[in-house]
Amino acid sequence: MKAPIVIVGSGLAGITVLRELRKLDKTIPVIVVTADDGAFYSKPSISNALASGKTAAQLAMSPAEQLSAQFNAEFRTSTFVEHILADQHALLTSKGRIEYGKLVIALGAHPIRVPMDGNAAEEVLSVNNLADYARFRERLNGAKHVAIMGAGLIGCEFANDLAIAGIQSTVFDRSQHALGRLLPERSAAFFREKLESVGVKFHFDTTLSKIERAETSLTITDSYGGQMNVDLVLSAIGLKPAVELAQEAGLAINRGIVVNRQLATSNPDIHALGDCAEVDGLVLPFVLPIMQCARALAKILAGEEAAVTYPAMPVAVKTPACPTVVCPPPMGSEGTWQEAVSVGGVRAVYLDAQGEMLGFVLLGEAVQEKQALLAGMKAWL
Amino acid sequence: MKKWQCIVCGYIYDEAAGDPDHGIAAGTKWEDVPEGWSCPECGVAKSDFEMVQI
Repeated sequence: MKAPIVIVGSGLAGITVLRELRKLDKTIPVIVVTADDGAFYSKPSISNALASGKTAAQLAMSPAEQLSAQFNAEFRTSTFVEHILADQHALLTSKGRIEYGKLVIALGAHPIRVPMDGNAAEEVLSVNNLADYARFRERLNGAKHVAIMGAGLIGCEFANDLAIAGIQSTVFDRSQHALGRLLPERSAAFFREKLESVGVKFHFDTTLSKIERAETSLTITDSYGGQMNVDLVLSAIGLKPAVELAQEAGLAINRGIVVNRQLATSNPDIHALGDCAEVDGLVLPFVLPIMQCARALAKILAGEEAAVTYPAMPVAVKTPACPTVVCPPPMGSEGTWQEAVSVGGVRAVYLDAQGEMLGFVLLGEAVQEKQALLAGMKAWL
Repeated sequence: MKKWQCIVCGYIYDEAAGDPDHGIAAGTKWEDVPEGWSCPECGVAKSDFEMVQI
């Protein structure tokens, strides 16, 4: 029997590789190793599940047994990978040794934690998978006011979702702007105003420094010494690629696990994709890049020649108070933003010295122009 | 009229309802939805999706 392909991680990246591989090869043995229950769920739906009226359980679309039957793969659930023994083509897990022919690392990313003072610092929640989300919803029961750390994409999506559910949120960010890393200044101001119009409050240029439990609520203190009482603190300050296992196995690491356009790590029998991987220098923890990588990797695992390509991939921010599409300029590119602000929206384009468009931002009713602008964008990879 | 579901985010495209916010009139059959259309929920392109008939 051929040595199996072993996929570590059952998030969007791992399961999409499996699904795409089975379109090309129905028989090669595949084992999926996952620390959780292996159910497939829509990760993007987590930050708008309140608005869509879904519980954590309702977000799970197919349990591991169903995926196992559908894709002819063995699922090892609640199984933690402890070591990769690259020279032996084997994994040591919490439930024993697993040998592989090819290994696919799809472990995702960890929420970044910052040290904080106070006797309730440990109560800060972050939501990066379905189990986290179930815990969040449990704690949200009866909550009236949530503090959110980080005014990035996830923080703003949660703030808007809570507003729809009638729960007050106050968002803290060390920068001066909402979505500050994605939006130019006037766009960020427009976005902020729209979110404030549905009741979201922003506190910029500050961070939370202390969290104390008081009777039934939490007393939070910001870096200026300002205090307020909230029911829950949600941290959405960013993600860090899960590189520990790969690093310990001696694979090349930079910001993520370094892979080439064949999604191969520095060990040719070990591949990586998704939020843990750095593909040709790019760490892009979004749905579209994962889909591109999963398709290319499936071909490679099936023995075909392939290389991942990245067209320009816009990110939709799920904030109904201000529909938002962002196609960020590639890192290190030089140019200037030109923002056209109207009552109903913003259309901003990032142009280089020759007038070529390298990125764009569309807010409000301008999101209709997405396809038209996308057609003028060069591929990223 | 049929319905199709996005396997990435669970969004349902209902041919009867279309997606008028994104220029797809009510009653547009799945095969007539242009290839440039993308999922209004998660942004994955039509050609990049597996839609399952439900």
